[in-house]
Amino acid sequence: MLAPLRFERGPRMSTQQKTAGALQHARLPGWAPGVVLTGSAAFGGLVWLLSGNVAFGVAGLILAFLIAMPLWATLVEGRRAGVDRAVTAMVWSAFGVILIPLVWLIWLTVSKGIEAINMEFLTYSMRSVVGDEQGGLYHALLGTLIVTGIAALISVPIGIFAAIYLIEYGRGTKLSKAITFLVDVMTGIPSIVAGLFAFALFALVFGPGRFGLAGGIALSLLMVPTVVRATEEMLKLVPDDLREASYALGVSKWRTIAKVVLPTSIGGIVTGVVLAIARVIGETAPLLVASGFTNNVNTNPVDGPMMTLPVFIYTQYTQATEKGALYAWGGALTLIVIVMLLNLVARIIGKIYAPKTGH
Amino acid sequence: MATSIDVSDVNIYYGDFKAVEGVNMTIKARSVTAFIGPSGCGKSTFLRTLNRMHEVIPGARVEGKIVLQGQDMYAPSVDPVAVRRQVGMVFQRANPFPTMSIYENVLAGNRLNNKRLKKSEADTIVERSLKGANLWNEVKDRLNKPGMGLSGGQQQRLCIARAIAVQPQVLLMDEPCSALDPISTSAIEDLIHELKSTYTIVIVTHNMQQAARVSDETGFFNLKATGEPGHLVEFNSTEKMFTNPDNEATEAYISGRFG
Ligand SMILES: Nc1ncnc2c1ncn2[C@@H]1O[C@H](COP(=O)(O)OP(=O)(O)O)[C@@H](O)[C@H]1O
Ligand SMILES: [Mg+2]
Repeated sequence: MLAPLRFERGPRMSTQQKTAGALQHARLPGWAPGVVLTGSAAFGGLVWLLSGNVAFGVAGLILAFLIAMPLWATLVEGRRAGVDRAVTAMVWSAFGVILIPLVWLIWLTVSKGIEAINMEFLTYSMRSVVGDEQGGLYHALLGTLIVTGIAALISVPIGIFAAIYLIEYGRGTKLSKAITFLVDVMTGIPSIVAGLFAFALFALVFGPGRFGLAGGIALSLLMVPTVVRATEEMLKLVPDDLREASYALGVSKWRTIAKVVLPTSIGGIVTGVVLAIARVIGETAPLLVASGFTNNVNTNPVDGPMMTLPVFIYTQYTQATEKGALYAWGGALTLIVIVMLLNLVARIIGKIYAPKTGH
Repeated sequence: MATSIDVSDVNIYYGDFKAVEGVNMTIKARSVTAFIGPSGCGKSTFLRTLNRMHEVIPGARVEGKIVLQGQDMYAPSVDPVAVRRQVGMVFQRANPFPTMSIYENVLAGNRLNNKRLKKSEADTIVERSLKGANLWNEVKDRLNKPGMGLSGGQQQRLCIARAIAVQPQVLLMDEPCSALDPISTSAIEDLIHELKSTYTIVIVTHNMQQAARVSDETGFFNLKATGEPGHLVEFNSTEKMFTNPDNEATEAYISGRFG
């Protein structure tokens, strides 16, 4: 008869770990990080209670975890595992710390903004609203959509075509180096300068005045470099193999770009464009300068000032009244929801156009 | 349909670097011509000059004459796009278009050139090309699945189907089997045998047995020294090359004494 084979694993093998070259070592059980986290949380809670300050509590939690976890691992599992745990703990802590302001911001905006939001708030303008009468941000919502739409309409084609030139035609040429340099410079333009530029441009041509179109132009100055950069990165990711495969079929260069390169990278380009829009949609200073301020609905971008959400938030906040603060939060929530919707759309489009692997 | 190619005094450059020098040869119609030689001697570079793909690389240029159907394909009035419609190419790494299904990949040459095709015509081309590439039976039930979902050998045969769908005169293949397993390799070698009745085929291979198995004529490229341009050492019928070559260097390379 065969003797029953016995497989031992895990901590029970620890007696063997001394033998040279043993492959098995003592390991902390899978629940160890959970236990340490609970302990650290208790410690952090204690610090919070004693100091009365939640920030100290969080710091205490993180510090306790960063010290306890590697220490325990070093004692049981050895030095290499201890270092591994220390680095893992640091990465997770960094992730947690970065999450705090994000979650906090969203929580604050949603909880305060939701009180302002109702049907009237979304469909009324502030025209002849006095005192505690119900007003709304309809005029600002419309203005933001129009102004950002104009900015996108101007900068998406310019940005994408510039990137196509840089990657597909101008690689290594002097002109492309000059364009890349200028795009880098444009990235650094302070947004208020873009606003002043657009205002001055229109003042020179039509005389002083503020319009939606001027705001759109100001935003497009800020958007173009982002779109160029994002598109460039996506075009670079398209392997040369595919371009050559297309050329070898007797397809001309521009058809190759239009039908092979762009479709392959369209998901990433759309994501980049939407992120660029999300980036400028909350710009306040250039819009205050270029498209101005109004309480009325104005859908004509070349006639008179046009209200936008950031400017609405700013003016409501500067009222320094309870209602002003409430409306500012409401406007902020609306803006965040728009940005999130844009991101969602970008993700869906990215998914639809992502190259299909068939796996 | 197939045509011969006459190459005279061809020098090939990457910018200032002369990669290949003084090539003369005649590639026969309806036959398989193989290029062998050590790495870096310019086989791929030379192959890519045969359909004007070389100049796609910035700074790359070609001197000399390559005559296809009585016309010098490097004459100033010749459109490289038109040359590539006559001379198709299969690459070392299978490169199906990732955004397209199997069906669309085969039709890519037509569709990308905006050729309007009736559904029935398109179906005919797809079936004919996939049958021509010995892939039809494996994929006929999933023509609308992505081309990237096939195995490496199937992807390479899909690329061959895509190349023959536009009915070129000549088919260039740059180490088409180097990334494939022996079974896929032998499938493609069989395919090359069948295709040569219709097309002029030029194949680069690292595998001496493969050159001996599939080709009618063989060209041996070599480098005099590193940094020197590659050149054509000997061009002869495959049988002669592998039994009784004219050149000592060829014999040394084929018998495995160097390279
Ligand atoms: N894109 C390129 N730019 C510059 N030099 C190149 C390029 N491709 C190949 N070469 C050079 O040309 C020579 C021939 O290369 P290649 O044709 O790829 O050789 P083979 O296919 O015979 O291995 C080599 O010296 C190689 O370094
Ligand atoms: Mg090669």
